[in-house]
Amino acid sequence: MNNLPNYILEHLVIVLIATAIAVVIGILLGVIAYWVKWAEQAILWLVEIIQTIPSLALLALLMIFFGLGNPTIIAGLVLYALMPIVRNAHIGLTGVENHLKDAAKGMGMSRLQRLVKVEIPLSFPLIFSGIRISVVNSLSIAVMGVLIGAGGLGFPVYRGIQTNNMEMILTGAIPVVLMALVFDHLMNRFEKKLMRS
Amino acid sequence: MIRFESVTKKYGKKTILNKLSFEINQGDFVVLIGPSGCGKTTTLKSINRLIEPDGGKIYVDGRDIMKENPVELRRKIGYVIQQIGLFPNMTVEQNIAVVPKLLKVPKEEWQQRVKDLLNLVAMPYEENAHMYPSELSGGQQQRIGVLRALAASPPIVLMDEPFGALDPLTRDSLQEEVKKLQKKLKKTIVFVTHDMDEALRMADVVIFMDQGEIVQMASPEEMLQNPASPLVKSFLGKHLNNGAVLLASDVMKSRVLKVHREMQTLQSVELMRNRDVNSLIVINDDETYAGTISIERIKSAGKAGTQIGGLLTMEAPVVQVSDPAQSAFELLMESPTGYVIVLHEDQTVAGLITKTSMAKAMGETLWGGDAV
Amino acid sequence: MSFTEFIQLNQREIMSSLFQHLSLVFWAVAIGMVIAVPVGIILSRHRKMAAPVLAFAGTIQTIPGLVMLGIALIFWGIGTKPALIVLSLYAILPILRNTYTGITDINPGYVEAARGIGMTSMQRLLKVELPIATPTIIGGIRISTVYIISWATLAGLIGAGGLGDLIWTGLSTYNTNYILAGAVPSAIMAILFNLLIGGLQRGITPRGLRRVNP
Repeated sequence: MNNLPNYILEHLVIVLIATAIAVVIGILLGVIAYWVKWAEQAILWLVEIIQTIPSLALLALLMIFFGLGNPTIIAGLVLYALMPIVRNAHIGLTGVENHLKDAAKGMGMSRLQRLVKVEIPLSFPLIFSGIRISVVNSLSIAVMGVLIGAGGLGFPVYRGIQTNNMEMILTGAIPVVLMALVFDHLMNRFEKKLMRS
Repeated sequence: MIRFESVTKKYGKKTILNKLSFEINQGDFVVLIGPSGCGKTTTLKSINRLIEPDGGKIYVDGRDIMKENPVELRRKIGYVIQQIGLFPNMTVEQNIAVVPKLLKVPKEEWQQRVKDLLNLVAMPYEENAHMYPSELSGGQQQRIGVLRALAASPPIVLMDEPFGALDPLTRDSLQEEVKKLQKKLKKTIVFVTHDMDEALRMADVVIFMDQGEIVQMASPEEMLQNPASPLVKSFLGKHLNNGAVLLASDVMKSRVLKVHREMQTLQSVELMRNRDVNSLIVINDDETYAGTISIERIKSAGKAGTQIGGLLTMEAPVVQVSDPAQSAFELLMESPTGYVIVLHEDQTVAGLITKTSMAKAMGETLWGGDAV
Repeated sequence: MSFTEFIQLNQREIMSSLFQHLSLVFWAVAIGMVIAVPVGIILSRHRKMAAPVLAFAGTIQTIPGLVMLGIALIFWGIGTKPALIVLSLYAILPILRNTYTGITDINPGYVEAARGIGMTSMQRLLKVELPIATPTIIGGIRISTVYIISWATLAGLIGAGGLGDLIWTGLSTYNTNYILAGAVPSAIMAILFNLLIGGLQRGITPRGLRRVNP
């Protein structure tokens, strides 16, 4: 399997692109849920509903719009990654202690300044924890990309299934599980560091 | 009833109970007290085998408890812990009946028992039996906790700081209720607390522990008269009064109604009626004592629409806070007003000594406790 | 062909896939429960074993579904059996974790009170611990069910049928109607069960526990 490094790289790139997009959209939605009272429940409800949809169903539906290939799996991963990020951002932002918010108000900061300079930094550990959960989930779900014509480690796995080749399946599977465990561990450590500071 | 014979318990190298020996008689209310970590809770939990000692013997009713089945032993001993002990998934009735049910008491019997017990603490069955613990106040919850311990009519009840989490008022009334119940039902109660007030008020026998040993085991009166060590003394604190001179400030009540001398006569009469008193303490604008005014005085000399300032009398005896209580007592007995005014050094009013406040303070000194 | 026409034409196939899917999910979650709840209870009695067991179960959970199905396919061939084995395995962890934490998170005061008044270990479990932990355990079943509805769509790949079969046919023939006929019902099923079990979870919570934290 001399293509393995390529599969790993493509898998990582897919997951990282999806995570990056999900972080931006997720924090944005989290902020909207925090700022706009009437949108709060709707947003939280929506991301939970998306999370509930079976992955193959979601990917197949997305394929109708995005066609076969990497964009579809990236779109799917983004949608799945939203929930932990939005929820944690929302919990984090609403959980910032009132006296800190008041202090920021008292210093004459605008709503946006308060958000960027005080509220997001204070809730960042929690947001980061959401990102960690998303990354670990995405690494696993990305394997399904192969079913809608995307690349990554799903390719050897699926080829292995088709040819009844255990070795080939494991060639794809082991790096996925290892990456998931490594990312989980490293990000967890970083998270603990964030919490302490 | 309960006998400890050189009971020892160690956690690692730390000795919690050090060859503890004592005996508790039937029908006694025994309070275990001491600084935290002294072993009082361990002692209590050894009695129903929640904690098992490493050495020594414990007898309940003459029988070595290590030879008994712990589950059956516990069903014969009531147990009350701090507030959280009620099962949140069970109603009041289910909570109280839990031990009788474990003992397979017939339904009619335990239902009657629940009714009787709820009546004992004035919580009518119809209103309370089907409530959940979360729907009750803290004091009510702990009443139910006590009833649950009594439900199977165990001769012995263990209580582990049962009132620690309650507010002082609720605690007072629960202490009284439990003491009454104990006398009425003739239970042997072993009670752990760190509150000396509670211990002195409730105990027939106080066992004072420190570092796993008994420092003193005595009746409250005896302990107050002869504290066995400086530590016991420090715990007894304010209850000790080794002949120390009581001051006027010790026997007064400090929350008294004061009015300014500019008050209208009519207003003051109304105030006195509302408060059900027949005289008022009057102060000057700088808060210093100006005199007193009585309803009779206003009636005989006052005109509607005047201020009380002109009608004041100085007939009430006055003492300073630091005067001995004894001289205040003598003044009180002779006083035409039935009270004595107590002033701070700056002549502002510190309080009032009445026959009631005097009697309360003397009672406390004699028998301990915070009766106020 | 419009979607409605397609549905009318293939009504029977869609319905039978739906039922296959439901029965697959039902059995997987049921088997998962039968294993996870007792194991969770045992772990709550032997807490030293809990950390390694839960970590192991957690690691299994990170193995992508496709991989597990592939491995099962090689071991047991095509059909319902390998799919059911894999799905049950996935169903275990959330229920196991919630059973364990549901019991161990109970305020120690309740446990002490239960022991102190003379309950046996079994009575304590049945009368105090399990009733208090039930909402949490059902929460685990809810997570498992939603997961399994999702993973079961993959089971079509190894010939276990279900709604995944339709999606799979749609994907491989690029037939939107088939994709919709499989994806939409499976999505609705997942959302519905999530709501349903959530409602059950609230309904089954003893009244006395609703105000305090479950």
